[in-house]
Amino acid sequence: MHIERLVTMANDIATYFTSEPDHATAVTGVRDHLTRFWDPVMRRQLKDFVTDGGEGLLPLASEAVKQMNVPAVVG
Amino acid sequence: MLSIVEIDYGTPKAVSEKTVALQIDGKSIHVPEGTSVMRAAAQAGINIPKLCATEMLDAFGSCRLCLVEIEGRKGYPASCTTPVADGMKISTQTPKLAEIRRGVMELYISDHPLDCLTCPANGHCELQDMAGVVGLREVRYGYEGANHVFAKMPASKDSQIALDGRAAAPVANPLFAPKDESNPYFTFDPSKCIACSRCVRACDEVQGTFALTIQGRGFESKVAASQDNRFLDSECVSCGACVQACPTATLSEKSLIDKGQAEHSVTTTCAYCGVGCSFRAEMKGEEIVRMVPNKDGHANHGHSCVKGRFAIGYASHPDRITTPMIRANIADPWRIVSWDEAFAHVGSEFKRLQAKYGTHSVGGITSSRCTNEETYLVQKLVRAGFGNNNVDTCARVCHSPTGYGLKATLGESAGTQDFDSIEKTDVVLVIGANPTDAHPVFGSQMKQRLRAGAKLIVIDPRRIDLVRTPHIKADYHLKLKPGTNVAVLNTLAHVIVTEGLVDKTFVAQRCEDDAFAKWCDFVAQDKYSPEAMEAQTGVPADAVRGAARLYATGGNGAIYYGLGVTEHAQGSTTVMAIANLAMATGNIGREGVGVNPLRGQNNVQGACDMGSFPHEFPGYRHVSDVATRELFEKAWGVPLYNEPGLRIPNMFEAAMDGSFKGLYVEGEDIAQSDPDTQHVTAALSAMECVVVQDLFLNETAKYAHVFLPGSSFLEKDGTFTNAERRISRVRKVMAPKAGYADWEITQKLAQAMGYPMNYEHPSEIMDEIAALTPTFHGVSFDRIDELGSIQWPCNEEHPDGTPVMHVDKFVRGKGRFMLTEYVPTREKVNLERPLILTTGRILSQYNVGAQTRRTANVMWHDEDRLEIHPHDAEERGIASDDWVGIASRSGETVLRALVSERMQPGVVYTTFHFPESGANVITTDNSDWATNCPEYKVTAVQVTRVSQPSEWQKRFRAFSNEQQSLLEQSAAPQPASTLGPA
Repeated sequence: MHIERLVTMANDIATYFTSEPDHATAVTGVRDHLTRFWDPVMRRQLKDFVTDGGEGLLPLASEAVKQMNVPAVVG
Repeated sequence: MLSIVEIDYGTPKAVSEKTVALQIDGKSIHVPEGTSVMRAAAQAGINIPKLCATEMLDAFGSCRLCLVEIEGRKGYPASCTTPVADGMKISTQTPKLAEIRRGVMELYISDHPLDCLTCPANGHCELQDMAGVVGLREVRYGYEGANHVFAKMPASKDSQIALDGRAAAPVANPLFAPKDESNPYFTFDPSKCIACSRCVRACDEVQGTFALTIQGRGFESKVAASQDNRFLDSECVSCGACVQACPTATLSEKSLIDKGQAEHSVTTTCAYCGVGCSFRAEMKGEEIVRMVPNKDGHANHGHSCVKGRFAIGYASHPDRITTPMIRANIADPWRIVSWDEAFAHVGSEFKRLQAKYGTHSVGGITSSRCTNEETYLVQKLVRAGFGNNNVDTCARVCHSPTGYGLKATLGESAGTQDFDSIEKTDVVLVIGANPTDAHPVFGSQMKQRLRAGAKLIVIDPRRIDLVRTPHIKADYHLKLKPGTNVAVLNTLAHVIVTEGLVDKTFVAQRCEDDAFAKWCDFVAQDKYSPEAMEAQTGVPADAVRGAARLYATGGNGAIYYGLGVTEHAQGSTTVMAIANLAMATGNIGREGVGVNPLRGQNNVQGACDMGSFPHEFPGYRHVSDVATRELFEKAWGVPLYNEPGLRIPNMFEAAMDGSFKGLYVEGEDIAQSDPDTQHVTAALSAMECVVVQDLFLNETAKYAHVFLPGSSFLEKDGTFTNAERRISRVRKVMAPKAGYADWEITQKLAQAMGYPMNYEHPSEIMDEIAALTPTFHGVSFDRIDELGSIQWPCNEEHPDGTPVMHVDKFVRGKGRFMLTEYVPTREKVNLERPLILTTGRILSQYNVGAQTRRTANVMWHDEDRLEIHPHDAEERGIASDDWVGIASRSGETVLRALVSERMQPGVVYTTFHFPESGANVITTDNSDWATNCPEYKVTAVQVTRVSQPSEWQKRFRAFSNEQQSLLEQSAAPQPASTLGPA
């Protein structure tokens, strides 16, 4: 998928959690949201993007993506 | 004409705990206090003659036919207007009463035509029945005098004299009015009117439009629509309440006139909006004579709108496709095939795609127009048959934020109340909803409550009808700028918190302390004061303060919201902000209050309940939840995938990537209803096998490789769940036109994919849903038949269902306040695109219009228009009816303009009922952060006067014409012997 679209969507999620005063809670919030609602292929693509630098992603989103699990094999 | 099967008790049911004992015709009777004598008698099986009384209206006492004698009282009181009293002794049949009644009937009949044998009401005419009941044997007055019956009358004596005794030609009768046939669905024949006022009262009391009146006095009294207009030109909204109330053939359905009286009646549920009205389909064999709203319907109490009652002609429209069709390429003509070939083809194609591109390369989309059982089967087919979770539903593009927001705050993805709860509401807050157009029957109930004194706050960029309508005026209309819902709700919360209006006891007992404290600090920030936000929201600070005080302190406050809340980049945040307000003011957990999402389509709630979102099983349980997954794996006999699948927009993205190749779409028209049309059609074009199951060759089907003809709601059994969580039965009244009900088609597809499904009847599907879903444990077709309808949760704890949720505690335990930062949308106006386009609906049309465009409802709305404020119009040299181009960053389309002061300057509006309008060519890929629900309600546009259709429209027309021609070229299968070599 277009990585720009995934970055926009991840940033939208991170933006919502920005108002959370506790940083750790905010990171968990973004991570859990991605894990609960995103197809693993999309998560994998975003995770790879972060590994490659993740330019354009909000810091909160990057941090959450780093913590996010993605199943190894996606059939 | 009333229903052919309902008993009319004459006056509305009284609600009182106190019982009154009386005697009628020597029979001892006990009824609730407040009951009329007429109703008390009727309930005991004693029928008092009546004409102006009907249970759907308050007693009126004008016809003088229902007179009775009461021991110890003078005269002959009307039984409809006389309430029962303890110890009353009443006689309904005495020689004197018989004489009076005959006299009254004689007068009625003396001004009524005697064409009974050829009259449409024949067989169910109350006037005729009453003439029989009172024993009318002669009419002494003749028809020579003044009358409303004949178009001509004899010339006056003076003219006779002037002609020296020769016969003078008859002259026009000034009291006669010809039949008004202007309304497409019913006729008005004033010559048959008995001036009982039932139609006028129905328009006032039931519908609340006040379009009808009695004009003139004495013998000249007559029913008039608006200022004596034709019905079609009047304010009439064609709900049909007057037609139903009419005791004669004065107001008659045209379908009744055409077909004659029905011979049986089947109770079913409307397939239009989320109100979910119960109807009696009055039938002649397998043909519908008319639809009559069910008096016992729990959602509608005998009322309907123009769509549900009248706009059903689409089901038998010639555009219906009734044979399966296949083609290899969308540029090819269709090939008509047998069902077996169609199933085998889809099975082999989907298996081929999965073998070549992987398990996750195919998916399904279900629709809120499908029954619960159908939706359940589609998601089961995807999860168990396809082996992935790539299933989504059109709630993605309407109410997915409701599911997310209410689950996060209250713990359940559903509205908290039943519709009748509004009867106990003191302050109604409507935000981003237009009930009188989009949910008309509930809109009428709301109007009744408002006329009875409830206060009203409207938060909407447009001056919707509710803001000012007969006998109703909103106390506050917060006319915000589109896209600032969260900002406005935060300012309301700010006032409630900083002015000490929080219901502290409720919050302390029922909500999470930490989350509440955090939320208080958050909304109390200066930046959320109404004064600080005024420039962004466009709403005067004092109006916000007034509205907040009214909602928090005005008694029971109930919030009703619609797609104007959800279809925004901050849709989910707005839903949470709404739930926060209700919790903070203690407006939740009892009658009269609550958070009430008004669902767009008939089965939005049900489609969501049935597990059609890619991340959750039926009953809103996440696919990663081990216990739930094991439950379904055991029941379905296959391992299930534990990760969320693709949402609709993700499917499109994946299709453009080349990783998503096959799609099964049931009952949804994504090529018209989803945003950024050109992106959607490009994605569809990139797939190898698009299967569309629908009534018509809709916009999506024009990009399909397989067409499976679906069945209308009249052709199958099942259930719909309305906006109140009310599960009601859909009952088959005729055979499916294409041979199969939709659930059977899905079942056959599953079999073709090699996954066994062997249901004999939809009731078995519901039994499976009930067994696997805790909130549905007590639901079955038998139980629904028994109770009429059931509001889930219905289980061991709530055997009769649950009208009001979260009564003693929230479903999630304690209510959780969520932070709702206002984040302005990326969609900003600038010099290039200085206006905001917002979209909505209109009463006579429904959703993408596939159904209503194929009915006479087009007489009210035959094209989508661009509404624009006079100031913006003048600046651009635009007048009403001019063609205007509307351009966004996604695309451009052309519509005719409608200059309207309902709009605020800077905001333009259109509907999306016609595909060629291309409203979604303009809408963008912006979406709700949590659910990807599209931001339909905010698009920056420029509007200019133009002289020709847009480029997209030209391409659309060419493509549609080509597809229509390919449909016409579709070839039927040849007998085997004539087939040449391949």
